Amino acid sequence: MKKLILTVFCIFLFNGKALSLVQVDITRGNLDPLPIAVSPLHVESGSKDIKQDGKIIKNVGEKISKVIEVNFRRSGLFNPLKKDSFVQNPDIAHVKPRFEDWRLIKAQALVTGKVKVTDDKLRVEFRLWDTVAAKEMIALAFSTTPNNWRRVAHIISDKVYKRLTGEEGYFDTRIIYVSETGPKTQRYKKLAIMDQDGANVKYLTLGNELVLTPRFSPKNQLVTYLSYFRNLPRVYLLDIETGVQEVVGDFPGMTFAPRFSPDGKKIIMSFAKDGNSDIYTMNLETRVVEKITDHTSIDTSPSYSPDGKYIVFNSDRSGLQQIYVMRSDGSQVKRITFGKGLYGTPVWSPRGDLIAFTKVHKGKFYIGVMRTDGSGERLLTENFYQEAPSWSPNGRVLIFYRETKSDSQGKGFSAKLWSIDLTGYNERLIETETDGSDPSWSSLLSK
Amino acid sequence: MILGMDFKKFLMVVLAGIALSACATQKKAGMMAGDVYTGSDTVEYLATGVKDRVFFATNKSTLTTASRDTLRKQAAWMRKKKDLKFTIEGHADERGTREYNLALGERRANAVKDYLMTYGINGSRLSVISYGKERPVNSGSSPLAWSQNRRSVTVKAD
Repeated sequence: MKKLILTVFCIFLFNGKALSLVQVDITRGNLDPLPIAVSPLHVESGSKDIKQDGKIIKNVGEKISKVIEVNFRRSGLFNPLKKDSFVQNPDIAHVKPRFEDWRLIKAQALVTGKVKVTDDKLRVEFRLWDTVAAKEMIALAFSTTPNNWRRVAHIISDKVYKRLTGEEGYFDTRIIYVSETGPKTQRYKKLAIMDQDGANVKYLTLGNELVLTPRFSPKNQLVTYLSYFRNLPRVYLLDIETGVQEVVGDFPGMTFAPRFSPDGKKIIMSFAKDGNSDIYTMNLETRVVEKITDHTSIDTSPSYSPDGKYIVFNSDRSGLQQIYVMRSDGSQVKRITFGKGLYGTPVWSPRGDLIAFTKVHKGKFYIGVMRTDGSGERLLTENFYQEAPSWSPNGRVLIFYRETKSDSQGKGFSAKLWSIDLTGYNERLIETETDGSDPSWSSLLSK
Repeated sequence: MILGMDFKKFLMVVLAGIALSACATQKKAGMMAGDVYTGSDTVEYLATGVKDRVFFATNKSTLTTASRDTLRKQAAWMRKKKDLKFTIEGHADERGTREYNLALGERRANAVKDYLMTYGINGSRLSVISYGKERPVNSGSSPLAWSQNRRSVTVKAD
């Protein structure tokens, strides 16, 4: 993967939050998204077309504004207005918007900008305006390589999201997942990576061996996953920039359910031997392996708290699958789920305050969240089969996968990626070229 | 007389109908005991009379009486085939979370391995692998399909 060279020139950053009237509350289900106008970015004269993957991209200013609009609409928090109602030319609007005209079409916020493309450089300038208070809220400029134009759109989306909600965005991120094809009895599975909006999909393995449960490092371009290479199910590490893969540790049996520690220095996973699965960590620098749980039951799906002090995991030591929390050294194990049904796949929120999980009850599968002591359980979505939530880096959105019922010939079967807001609103299908499962959300690529 | 003949015929038809329906329910009930599959639709044979697989209840790795019978036959045959090694594949149905199912498949395969060892098969001849819910034998989403997929299969290792 090409490293992004991104320089940010801060022209003028308006920072008087108290003055602005436009605010988006993201703590409630947003049934009244903020009307926002995204003016196509004006392409300055003398700009060239962008050549990317054998395709010619004309008018990149308009393309960037479309990517921003899609991000906003999918977030459920914004309502991007139709461009045919815009009355001001993009270049003039960017210099001095006629606020009354934008208010007339009910826009409460306005994004304007301009781009200049040369052979090796894309320069983008954008502004966010509060049309009600008639004020500029952000003005920023970026320079990058022309091929990075989609990332520029995501970075602008994140800046606007942050300015209007007060929280970090999640648009300049990627999703790693398992691409699935073929019959249900013999699925071909490949690791795939894409931008959070589904663009730029790339396949990282060939499908020769079964691969499962990829997870991003929160710190760098490493991914950990389970591969059945040579029919030995083991946890692997993959550097997505170099393509280098290696097996994690030297275990005489199946290792699975891997995740990174929040500092990216350790991998926590299950090791199964003689019918018993326990949780282990391996330090990636020193290669020291530590046994964290020691119980005759199945202990799996471990996930660290963001401060690294606790681990939440899944165990059937009570007889059936339930969720437990312990200190990161394995001490003070405490069961936190006591509701009806089975609980699995716990994942600690990057904000630290919640744990997302899968619940199975009376033949239905639920994605839910609860506080870290197990209280305040909220079920966000119910379906025939769905599991494995992964948090957006700002802890506001969960991505997971859902499978449909099939007949004995496998007809009707599909596996798809979905996202839902923490509030339980805004459930959305994430379109992928093939079927998909086991999604994992990256950290913000640029902060 | 004629009436009597007709009545006899009628009675015979009714009786046949009862017998048939009894047969049908018996067959259906015979496919599963509790939720453990007891049929042989998906079963293959390692040798004549030696079934290659055993079935499990939901979330369980306990061997049923029928499973132990199958495994004793496997062990008897393995004792005669001293030069062969085997892989025991553990599987789960699609109604559980992927990671837990991987562990469950491993536990099921080991339950089989342990039983074979108590009947004299050296552990070095038996390796286990769990596929979790990744390799169903029946693609359906029905209790019967799930019962056929909760299994442990003994295969010759190459």
